[in-house]
Amino acid sequence: MAKDSRSKETQNKFDMARRNFLRGIGVGAAVSMAQPAWGGQTFGDAFDDFFQKHYKKMTADEMQETLLRIERKAKIRYDADISCSNTPPQENVVFGYAINISRCQGYRDCVQACVEENNLGRDSQVQYIRVLQMDQGDSNLEHSDHYYDPEEVPVAGKYYLPVQCMQCDDPPCVKACPVEATWMEPDGIVVVDYDWCIGCRYCMTACPYWARHFNWTEPEIPTDEINPDTHYLGNRPRPRGVVEKCHFCIQRTRKGRQPACMEACPTGARIFGNLLDPDSEIRYVLENKQVFRLKEDLGTEPKFWYFSD
Amino acid sequence: MAILRFILDGLREMFRGSRNYWLWLMVLTVVVAYGATRYAQQVMNGLVVTGMSDQVSWGFYIANFAFLVGIAAAAVLLVIPAYIFHRKDIKEVVLVGEGMAVAAVTMAILFVVVDLGRPDRLWHMIPFIGRFNWPMSLLAWDVLVLSGYLVLNLAIPFYLLYYRYRGKEANFRLYFPFVVLAMFWAISIHTVTAFLFSANPARPFWHTSLLGPRFIASAFASGPALIIITLQVIHKVTQYNVSKSVIDTLALIMAIAMQINLFFVGAELFTDFYNEGAHAASIHYLFLGLDGFNSLQPWIWFALTLNVIAVVILMINPLRTNTLYLNIACVLAFVGIWIEKGMGLVVPGFVPTPLGEIFEYVPTSVELSVAAGIWAFGILIFTLLAKAVIAIERGELRYPEKVSPYSL
Repeated sequence: MAKDSRSKETQNKFDMARRNFLRGIGVGAAVSMAQPAWGGQTFGDAFDDFFQKHYKKMTADEMQETLLRIERKAKIRYDADISCSNTPPQENVVFGYAINISRCQGYRDCVQACVEENNLGRDSQVQYIRVLQMDQGDSNLEHSDHYYDPEEVPVAGKYYLPVQCMQCDDPPCVKACPVEATWMEPDGIVVVDYDWCIGCRYCMTACPYWARHFNWTEPEIPTDEINPDTHYLGNRPRPRGVVEKCHFCIQRTRKGRQPACMEACPTGARIFGNLLDPDSEIRYVLENKQVFRLKEDLGTEPKFWYFSD
Repeated sequence: MAILRFILDGLREMFRGSRNYWLWLMVLTVVVAYGATRYAQQVMNGLVVTGMSDQVSWGFYIANFAFLVGIAAAAVLLVIPAYIFHRKDIKEVVLVGEGMAVAAVTMAILFVVVDLGRPDRLWHMIPFIGRFNWPMSLLAWDVLVLSGYLVLNLAIPFYLLYYRYRGKEANFRLYFPFVVLAMFWAISIHTVTAFLFSANPARPFWHTSLLGPRFIASAFASGPALIIITLQVIHKVTQYNVSKSVIDTLALIMAIAMQINLFFVGAELFTDFYNEGAHAASIHYLFLGLDGFNSLQPWIWFALTLNVIAVVILMINPLRTNTLYLNIACVLAFVGIWIEKGMGLVVPGFVPTPLGEIFEYVPTSVELSVAAGIWAFGILIFTLLAKAVIAIERGELRYPEKVSPYSL
């Protein structure tokens, strides 16, 4: 992506001037409508943005152009050089997750790592993972403390229940979306095309795990905190006005790496892997531990289990 | 060319009237313009300017949407007696009712549009160009039935008025199938809107099979309430003939629908509270408050009180047939149901969240202003449509047919 930035700047200035001119003659309405939340881009990019096709309808060439445009926009918006990929799912892989709640100590290192890895808005304070502090002997979520802030964790008499997107195998959010902006990928990850979402938030209404989050405002991230390694369906910069959610760190896991939350967990409570691989650790957990799933009665078939030692 | 002339004459009629008529249009326009500027503020800054959050992700806009779909559906209460039972008195005002349906659907659609995070991407919904998740998504269904209902309620009156304008008899066999279609369609728009909510096991408060019937019952109470008031206003300002028998019929329908609606509310309260489980948390929040949070509690009791007073008036024959009491009942029922199935239905669905968090929602001035703008816009549409409809119905607007010299 290290192209001649000077000539690009000149080009931007030229396009800005052209846009201002067009605005003057009344084309402005369409242009400013098309201007994504992170703004300040060229007329051509704004035009292509507006008419960008659905993820599944783009040809390989169109996808390549789109990825480059995403990188250009990130440069303008965050002054960061990112690379945006579209790594496909691996064959014979369906991801699943399990959490050992007897090991979780409520440190919330996973939350921190997730925010940093996934370029989550710092001001907007979107977090994909919520760790609930629960009373021992009580599993009623309504009694959970979402904002626990003691001097030290774990607190005696409490246990901790991390919740994030369960990557349901029969996801009600996908059914709900009126424009197919969210779907389940072949590797089982429920993803969002941030450039297709119209922001109606019906999926948030449909989700029984409160896993979906909306960009009520511009997601702001300091330049030096941007994670430049991004994926189209994952942690690339998001515009305002669209829904996002945990995607099992698709930018990492499709390349064989662990999700950031698992890597960050100091207690080893988190186990992630390929459900189709009989030798995987997740399969060991499912076959040898007493596992349960949250709200299993709703029939959404979460690919996310809990167990204890 | 007659059609063009019909449209032009109709448009001209819409913008012709007394000083008071113009003043009324001006007031509405000012409110619309104010709402538009506040909406511009929302577009510039994002939905952060609303009171909504990840916890309560739908609010005042969707509340008004749910209520207005009911008003739109209620037009069927004029359509059925007019076209099926051939009630002459009702036939005279049925087109006004359909004008109200057009205005209500337009408002409902606008309330969804202003709720969108990316209104610039609305085209993603257009089939073939975009991707329309039909028949899976209930929201896709809602888009389909609402736009279909809008078309039906524009097309049928357009056809009838055009023939009236030409001084010819409309072809009953041609338009009747569409009238029947519009009847079923009216029920469908409100059922689909109810299903939009009740389809979510994630939200136990809405996830009840009673929601569809409740929506219809409350629509058949709030709709006639609005129609009764509107017809009287029209009668007063235009001297357009509105028979007392029309009002009586609507009042009777309303009396029955109100009772059914209150019975449904009672049934829900019993089921949720007799053996109060975790699923009753939202209704507990609504009526009694939860963990000290109770911002909706006074509202729902207020609404319930209004509805009970209204139903008492409607059930007592001498009161219901008394214009003053009937009007009081209409206002109370309209406001009561607006609260009950608007904010009282939408917001508790989000409290507590699926993860048990209690987070309250209060609409901001932006939401209130945009909503006022949309309501004013709807009233404006209705005023203009009613103005033209009445002029044509009265025979004031006629196509100047060439008079054959032999006919003299």
